[in-house]
Amino acid sequence: MFEKVLTRNFGLARSESIDVYIANGGYQALPKVLHDYKPEQVIEMVTASGLRGRGGAGFPAGRKWGFLPKGDVEKYVCVNTDEGEPGTFKDRELVEKDPHQIIEGVIIASYAVGAHRAFVYIRGEFFLGVKRWIKAIDDAYARGFLGKDILNSGFDLDLSVHRGAGAYICGEETALIESLEGKRGQPRKKPPYPASVGLWGRPTLVHNIETLANIPHIVNRGAEWYAAIGTPRSTGPKIFCVSGHVHNRGIFELPLGVSLRELLFDHAGGMAGDKKLKAVIPGGASTPMLAADQLDITLDFESLEAAGSMLGTGAVIVMNEDTCMVDVGRRLMRFFQHESCGHCTPCRTATTRMLSILESLENGQGKPGDVERLEEVARGMLGRTFCPMGDAAANPILSGLQLFRDEYDYHVTHGRCPVVA
Amino acid sequence: MELEAKVADPAKRSMLLTALYIAQEQYGYLTKDAVERVADRLGLPVSDVYSMASFYTLYRTQPTGRYVLQVCEGLSCHLVGGAERLVDYLREKLDIDVGETTNDGLFTLQTVQCLASCGTSPAMRVNDALYENMTAEKVDELLETLRGYHV
Repeated sequence: MFEKVLTRNFGLARSESIDVYIANGGYQALPKVLHDYKPEQVIEMVTASGLRGRGGAGFPAGRKWGFLPKGDVEKYVCVNTDEGEPGTFKDRELVEKDPHQIIEGVIIASYAVGAHRAFVYIRGEFFLGVKRWIKAIDDAYARGFLGKDILNSGFDLDLSVHRGAGAYICGEETALIESLEGKRGQPRKKPPYPASVGLWGRPTLVHNIETLANIPHIVNRGAEWYAAIGTPRSTGPKIFCVSGHVHNRGIFELPLGVSLRELLFDHAGGMAGDKKLKAVIPGGASTPMLAADQLDITLDFESLEAAGSMLGTGAVIVMNEDTCMVDVGRRLMRFFQHESCGHCTPCRTATTRMLSILESLENGQGKPGDVERLEEVARGMLGRTFCPMGDAAANPILSGLQLFRDEYDYHVTHGRCPVVA
Repeated sequence: MELEAKVADPAKRSMLLTALYIAQEQYGYLTKDAVERVADRLGLPVSDVYSMASFYTLYRTQPTGRYVLQVCEGLSCHLVGGAERLVDYLREKLDIDVGETTNDGLFTLQTVQCLASCGTSPAMRVNDALYENMTAEKVDELLETLRGYHV
């Protein structure tokens, strides 16, 4: 039986409070780090743990920390709580149920890279999350975990909350930085990466909060313990979000490398209403979908990549046999079309074009050549935008076409869906 | 603030999102006056501030009802009977279309993208509060409660 790490306190009463966090072993990694470790030793430990980013891209955390310049340069840490990828709801739960775990991770990360100012960027819709963040930060200041000379170590760190205002794209790290600077959340061209030119032009480390929540545990229990969880290239625990047609929707913390079958049938209770499984989106709306016969795939970065998909945020959306895949494509495209920041022409126009084709297919007005055009537009967008959103919007369409082409064609030839009456 | 001293102007601009929230609360929505006042206080062009107000979906540039009902139209909400079905129910119940406000000025109906409540869908927001696992009965109850505050 896997012992929960990140969500271990979620079931406790008032799990969000500093007292409950401390009573359950919280803020023990921090004094250890501040008094016994040099910053570079912390970076070495995180590198050795194999921790990879949990926001979608899976970049090795230790390497990211190592990219920031050493020495007395003004640097910043940004804490990404801008969760908005359809299917994903782990970050909201992390903030609402155990914010101090993240704060401890932020302080340790800031110490490791030499930053004295950190900013939480939280999605504007997360009203309870904003309140939890503010309360948690106030309490951490009051106990001396934030502010000047933290725990008599000589290390200073200020942390504050910045509320976003409704834009999915601000979860992308450079768009997040733009938004923090008080601008429209439009991604920057990379390189330069934020590690060298970030917030106000300074070196900046941007991390998803689930990534940061792992840090205190790595310090407390060691890199070796952490690296032993999961697979050799995808280490540690992961919070999977399961939604759609299963019995028990919700979050499940399991080691990376767990099979999709185990997640859906042992943990999420199997298919609701005893319907047959049709398709699964494994890592949030922007990841290519899998077919029902791919149930034995393991959920880790390398296996999903090998299968032509991605682990993404670990948000598993389950669809049963009664689901119209053209409708799924249309819904996802409506999301991407709405959330395109408008900066790159391929993303701005292709999402609108694809949505209009998908809508006419769905309305029974599809014409011969529409499906081909849809595919052409999706392919044309791949790799041609500043940020990964161009690929993200094309992925569900291209994978849907690959797996369920017949269903798309049927919409054209019959003017209706073969699945939904 | 210490940071402001360090990076002067850029930090001032960083207050823009917060300033727009404050203005929106004071004015009810971002009126021409509100936008001009924010621009003036932060030393930014009005067009620049308006471009921000129109980019981010949580800023309102039109008046709304007392309660803004935002129904999630995400995939996970749709799969379990939410999204349009919930929207259609509310349209009928309130006799307004999406984007409209009821005659008594109480409710505005909107659709929004994923609210990160996919495990507890269908989901909707009423002003800043999140409502999960919504059903027709729960919608009825909610509307009745909200109306009850204004009898």
